[in-house]
Amino acid sequence: MKPDTKGFWSPYVCGFLTGILVIVSLWLTGKFFGASTTMVRSAGMAEKLFRPETAERLEYYIKIQPGIDWQWMFVFGIMIGSFFSSLFSRSFKFTALPGMWQKRFGRNLKKRCVYAFSGGFIAILGARLAGGCPSGHGLSGLMQMAVSGYLSVFSFFLGGVLAAYFIFRKRSSS
Amino acid sequence: MNILLYGMITGILFGMLMQRSGVCRYDAQIGLLRLKDFTVLKFMLSAVAAGMVGIYFLRDQGLIELNLKPALVAANILGGIVFGAGWALLGYCPGTASAALGEGRWDALPGMAGMVLGAAFFARLYPGLKGNLLVSGDLGKINLEQLTGINHWILIFALFILILFLFRFWQKNEK
Repeated sequence: MKPDTKGFWSPYVCGFLTGILVIVSLWLTGKFFGASTTMVRSAGMAEKLFRPETAERLEYYIKIQPGIDWQWMFVFGIMIGSFFSSLFSRSFKFTALPGMWQKRFGRNLKKRCVYAFSGGFIAILGARLAGGCPSGHGLSGLMQMAVSGYLSVFSFFLGGVLAAYFIFRKRSSS
Repeated sequence: MNILLYGMITGILFGMLMQRSGVCRYDAQIGLLRLKDFTVLKFMLSAVAAGMVGIYFLRDQGLIELNLKPALVAANILGGIVFGAGWALLGYCPGTASAALGEGRWDALPGMAGMVLGAAFFARLYPGLKGNLLVSGDLGKINLEQLTGINHWILIFALFILILFLFRFWQKNEK
């Protein structure tokens, strides 16, 4: 099956440039790409704001200190970069119902939000257990040929492919 | 220059590359998990191929240090599978959720809210996990060279060939 590629830049070229970006960024700052720790720091910041006593008691927030660091700005920057890139290429579009989702579940917005929320919740539990996400284990891990990276990425796909099979099993027309 | 500014600029460039190649779309992410569209993997493996060479070159010159995450066999595999299930429900991973939101896909917003809440929940589970599941099958911070005893440049070359073979396979199958 041919994927929908019109209007997009080559994933090979963009991926290669991402590799160069990793190298330059690493050389300048010593930091590797990652994203899921940022969710812990954000949760810690929110808890510190609303219930400081609890936040100070939790060991995980002592291990991963709440606050804004290189990676937090990196994840925030991703959003900014994508925003301007979509604006300049006239591909910015407010939408919450992706095509493949609509084909399977219709135009139910509430359902999409419930799936997205629970998916995010489950994904981060897994990522924190595994020690990283497709950025930290996927890009940084595989690039460094880390054993943890290969184990995790294989498991990401194993879990993802199985779950996607069950989610899209019924009347899969696309 | 300020380390935070470096993070922001690196993120902006990475966000642009993901947006322009379309890898942060739900259809591309789920397309991969349904084994219908390999765009995301083409992007990832191209980055890995270029990154591997640069990282090990700089490391050999003594200019950077590797930062390997510990190989925790049980946690990596179990956590990985759980992550995959959540990924399939949401349709974005943490990095691509941020990029998706940037291009107007606001279904990433409840997804990110779920992630932050999930992280807070994990902070509660952590004391119970750190002594057992998180340390079972701990091989330490090792790479494939340390695991196999094969020189890293030979491994990089072998992975390069494997990646090229995959690219060729996908290109053939998409015609």
